[in-house]
Amino acid sequence: MYSQKVMDHFSNPRNVGEIEDANGVGQVGNAKCGDIMKMYLKIEDNVIVDAKFKTFGCGAAVATSSMATELIKGKTIDEAMKITNQTVAEALDGLPPAKMHCSNLAEEAIAAALEDYRRRNGLAANESVDCNGCCSSCHHSEGREDNFDEDED
Amino acid sequence: MGNRIIYLDHAATTYVKPEVFEAMKPYFCEHFGNASSIYSLGRESKKAIEEAREKVAKALGAEPREIYFTSSGSEADNWALKGVAAANKKKGNHIITSAIEHPAIMNTCKYLQGEGFEVTYLPVDSDGMVSLEDLKNAVKDTTILISIMFANNEIGTIQPIQEIGAFAREKGILFHTDAVQAIGNVAIDVQKMNIDLLSLSGHKFYGPKGIGALYIRKGVKISSFIHGGAQERGKRASTENLPGIVGLGKAIELATENMEAYNKKLLELRERTIEGLMSRIPYIRLNGHRTNRLPGNVNMSFEFIEGESLLLMLDMIGVCGSSGSACSSGSLDPSHVLMAIGLPHEIAHGSLRLTFGEENTQEDVDFILEEIPKIVSRLRDMSPLYEAVKNKK
Repeated sequence: MYSQKVMDHFSNPRNVGEIEDANGVGQVGNAKCGDIMKMYLKIEDNVIVDAKFKTFGCGAAVATSSMATELIKGKTIDEAMKITNQTVAEALDGLPPAKMHCSNLAEEAIAAALEDYRRRNGLAANESVDCNGCCSSCHHSEGREDNFDEDED
Repeated sequence: MGNRIIYLDHAATTYVKPEVFEAMKPYFCEHFGNASSIYSLGRESKKAIEEAREKVAKALGAEPREIYFTSSGSEADNWALKGVAAANKKKGNHIITSAIEHPAIMNTCKYLQGEGFEVTYLPVDSDGMVSLEDLKNAVKDTTILISIMFANNEIGTIQPIQEIGAFAREKGILFHTDAVQAIGNVAIDVQKMNIDLLSLSGHKFYGPKGIGALYIRKGVKISSFIHGGAQERGKRASTENLPGIVGLGKAIELATENMEAYNKKLLELRERTIEGLMSRIPYIRLNGHRTNRLPGNVNMSFEFIEGESLLLMLDMIGVCGSSGSACSSGSLDPSHVLMAIGLPHEIAHGSLRLTFGEENTQEDVDFILEEIPKIVSRLRDMSPLYEAVKNKK
């Protein structure tokens, strides 16, 4: 089911933990669908110098969180904003289709943490990137519409 | 531990016992005759099938002519519901079942709803028990069938089948039970329990996969749905799965012979595991009735962590279990059984089911009592939900 890279990031996740003096923190997902990702960022001079995560979720959720933090460490904010769920999934040598939404969550967690940083620095309006999977108007549930299909199962 | 796996998912499937396999072997290459053929090779196959049928009948307290072989428990469930519904639709169109049935019952009921049948899904209490009161209140003039599973596959809870059967008989309503998980674990007597139809499946009690049976009490009106040749008293066509049937017969004979000793052993393993995990791990709960549950079934929820991760980590140390989490089932919702007993989503997602079997030992329990707390701890250290609780202290 999972690639070797996914299993590696699951059994040896990188960057698990909290950052006490984080200046960007984002939490996405909800207990209802069984995936919650919390990302802590330390940003200095526009560069993400440290990133840590805590995740409640399946193998893919842990692996995508771990990979996401690896991908954004050392990047500028702009570079980090360009990281998509595809980037994360590809870096892990792919995910089973049913698990692609976990990579969406990783992308959203990065966005949420960066959003928080901008808000703290007075740079952004009070938008929330939290997804409760109610609709596809914010595109956060893109790629997992099937999971919200009531008729399935 | 070496490369040995500790298999704790007997509710999903079991290995075929050597005696069962030996019994089946001659029927592949040597005694392969079609049981419907006139010559002796065929008649021998027929004899083997009828002997197996007698064994199944004996295990249930039924007559051999009331036993019909199917491809599986799912087929038996489908046939019972659809067949009774079709044959009795002039009498009524209401079926009563429970909220915690196996998908083979749930989805068949949903299908029948689409075909104009009305279905009541009785709720269960927090232990997973159906209430006789609710059943009595649900019955109407149009009720033609009650279908309640004998014992639940996920949480192990055993239903008050005898009382339900007595009530159904009193009301003249047909009573079907999906006994797939109960065979070999609970003594079944279809006469005493007033059961009219019963489903069972070979691969849950050390028989092969691909074979099951439906007990249909003499006189019950039921439509066929596999039409063709005259096999199974003209009610279920297809050339018989000869080795499968022989295997099923042998397996059910072994299961009922040794039931008491088997159950006693499973119970010890179960109790040690439940008590051991509860004493070693905080924020834990047992799902299903504490005592009125299958002797080998353990189902616990560990707060703040998710089931699939738990299973993957167990797999890494050679332990096979299962979970009611959404991720491990491929859907967005956790198991309908855990939802029906009132677990909040996040607790249902953190569930682990371990089901013991013949080959498990006390050493297996020693190992999991040692390792599961470590795994839970590791996953909790990664979890934002646990962090929130830790910080409150």
